[in-house]
Amino acid sequence: MENILEVKGVGKNFGGFTALSDVNLSIRKGERLGLIGPNGSGKTTLISCISGALQNDGGTIHFNGESIETLPAYARTRRGIARSFQIPRPFHSMTVLENLMVPLAYVGGVSGAKARKQGLEILDEMGLSDKAENSSASLSQVELRKMELARAMAAKPKLLISDEAMAGLSGSEVDDVLDILIKLNNQGITIIMIEHIMHAVMRFSERIVCLDAGQIICDGDPKTVVGNSQVQRAYLGD
Amino acid sequence: MFFSFELLFEAVLFGLMLGCFYAAVSLGLSVAFGLLDVPHVAHPALLIVGSYGAYMLGGWGIDPLVSGFLLMPIFFLIGMLLYRFYYETFESRGTAAGVNGLAFFFGVAFIIEVLLVVGFGVDQRSAEADYIGESLRLGDLRLPYRLLIAAGVALVLTVALSNFFSRTFIGRAIKAVGQDEGALRLMGADPVKIKQLAFGIATSVNALAGAMLIIVSPVEPTMDRIYIGRTFCVVVLAGMGSMKGTLAAGLLLGITESLVLTLFGASWATAVSFGLLLVMLGVRPQGLFGR
Amino acid sequence: MKYWIVSALAMLSAVALALSGANEYLFFAGFVVLQAVILATGWNILGGYAGYVNFGVPGFVGVGAYTALALHLLFNAPLIAQIVAGAAMAALLGLGVGLLTLRLRGIFFSIATIAVVFILEAVVMNSRFLGGATGIQLTRPNDVWLFGTYTRMLFVMMTLMAIVALSVARYVQNSYIGQGLRAVRDSEEAADCSGVPTLKVKLIACAISGALLGIAGAPMPMYLSYIEPLSTFNMHYAVIALAMPIIGGTSHWLGPLIGALILGTLQQIVTVTISSELNVLVVGVLLVVFVVAAPDGMIGLVKKWKTSSK
Repeated sequence: MENILEVKGVGKNFGGFTALSDVNLSIRKGERLGLIGPNGSGKTTLISCISGALQNDGGTIHFNGESIETLPAYARTRRGIARSFQIPRPFHSMTVLENLMVPLAYVGGVSGAKARKQGLEILDEMGLSDKAENSSASLSQVELRKMELARAMAAKPKLLISDEAMAGLSGSEVDDVLDILIKLNNQGITIIMIEHIMHAVMRFSERIVCLDAGQIICDGDPKTVVGNSQVQRAYLGD
Repeated sequence: MFFSFELLFEAVLFGLMLGCFYAAVSLGLSVAFGLLDVPHVAHPALLIVGSYGAYMLGGWGIDPLVSGFLLMPIFFLIGMLLYRFYYETFESRGTAAGVNGLAFFFGVAFIIEVLLVVGFGVDQRSAEADYIGESLRLGDLRLPYRLLIAAGVALVLTVALSNFFSRTFIGRAIKAVGQDEGALRLMGADPVKIKQLAFGIATSVNALAGAMLIIVSPVEPTMDRIYIGRTFCVVVLAGMGSMKGTLAAGLLLGITESLVLTLFGASWATAVSFGLLLVMLGVRPQGLFGR
Repeated sequence: MKYWIVSALAMLSAVALALSGANEYLFFAGFVVLQAVILATGWNILGGYAGYVNFGVPGFVGVGAYTALALHLLFNAPLIAQIVAGAAMAALLGLGVGLLTLRLRGIFFSIATIAVVFILEAVVMNSRFLGGATGIQLTRPNDVWLFGTYTRMLFVMMTLMAIVALSVARYVQNSYIGQGLRAVRDSEEAADCSGVPTLKVKLIACAISGALLGIAGAPMPMYLSYIEPLSTFNMHYAVIALAMPIIGGTSHWLGPLIGALILGTLQQIVTVTISSELNVLVVGVLLVVFVVAAPDGMIGLVKKWKTSSK
């Protein structure tokens, strides 16, 4: 099975501060990857380098065999990489459905009645169809998170990166979002999940990668990673 | 245009003094915009208000420099109120960075301009003091006292503010609030009150700088426009929020402007700050000393 | 369809008016109002739709005016050619400023636009060809086909340009580009991740906005028979170009039109009843009041009133 994403030797510096150094990561098609690590370890920086929000310093990134590290973010989205944000960023002047119509138009090239139909289908899957015509600024936290995922889905991604989509949600809300992610994976989408809620990570991931201070310190199946002493030290401190 | 080493040397010297003055004028903006990220395009307008304040107090025989100090507490209050209003209206509604915040300050600057025209007319106003018009003579060089005083005050201000921000608790809190509000909250400090304080300080520094402005040259109501260019140029050149960087950037601007003035004339000199700003934005937007 | 019928009617009314025996002053005043409509509409494409504030409106107006002047001096070009050239140069200016600063935060774009005014003013002041600081006088043809006076012809031309501007704004708003601009304005990062080529879209808005501002400025030399830098690069243009859309409403193409009509009327009343200095103050105060209390403009207020009275 080939790799959908190949990250080799990627680094990122902010002035004097090294956020990532020599990160190597290969992800198989259809994989469910959990990305963990203490705050400030570089998780969001890494996925921002993958999605194109940030430009990596050194190293290569290949998506489906194609080198993408010089492409701008929107071009990477059009090739199939979608992400949701830690703090939801709705298009607040638009309704929920209109939010989805942006990627439907700009990635899928679909507009008008056809786009509305596709948008409503996605909202239906997310359990948001009754909110379709509501202003996105009026949604609750968990609805916003779902809309973020719905909007990412409207970009018809092959790789979906979910950045702490469950932060601050209640127990049943966490399960809601988790079920959505599992359902999407079953449709063939490769998913990278950044999360601090350990039981969700354990339930979801086939494989876990742990970052600390900009480097990968452990990479393997969930039980092994969680039992790793370095990982435990990173989270609990010395 | 003839080349004379002496002429150029004088221009550079003049530029150094002018540069100190530009740095002083930009210190307030360095705090308001560099540290606090407020799109304060009305900062230069408040500077001019300070100048006119010194002018008015001059009518009662008060020396402009003294007027500057007298105006500082009033400007401090104005700054605090202005920031509070800005925060309540824009930042807390989440629309700060966009059109509305900018339009607000632009509107305020314009209103200030018009009120100054209505109150004082469009003619230039100058300050009167014994040292204006006199110069220090060093050999063949003439160093105007008014510039020396402005430069001196500017240096003192820069050092004072620099130390304030690096050594006092409040100063460091202000520096921190620009970078990490959350951490400050955890320490029990109220970020909004701290930002208000910082804005008040920035505005009161403006009062003193305004008094110096009218010492250095006559003022008229629309001068805030050229000073938007100069102050933002200095702040961007310095790299946001660096006090020492502000001094260095001010000197760079002052010397460049002075040289252009000597070599190419006055109408190009006013474009220098804007040109330098555009170049910096295109080439190195984080400024010379920023990260 | 309704839109085109109304536009055609407006055009016909303008022509009819110009052919009538109405007072010449009407056409002078009409030119100013129509120019305001074009300014507000052009500004709003970048300011309202994309969220980038152009303070350098006088610079773009000046580029339009001085390009028109150059064409007149060099080739004795007809008005329409002057306008097209003015629009093209202003569009290029918009692209230039955009390329330089649109990758940075919004406020740097705004400051750069102020820079443009000062730099352009310096260029004109130092150019004898363009008249320098003293300016240049132009002669207009005395007898104009059909309309009699040049002023009347200008009035009809400006009406046409205003309709062009409004049509462009309406088209952009409802188009694919308009959708992208709205996304960029609401959240540029999310727009990036939704496949919107944010820089391209912003640059297109810059060029279109610049072109319309240039169109507002291009007829000025012929209108005044005279042009000089101080009044051409006047910051007054910047304040009204901002105030009108904010008063009317920035998210819809009707907003700038409504704002222009309200402000224009108000200004006339104030100038006639109180004074002309206060007139300028009124613009500034209204700008601040609306930005603080009614940021969605008159259109927003009407919407709120409609939904609350249901």
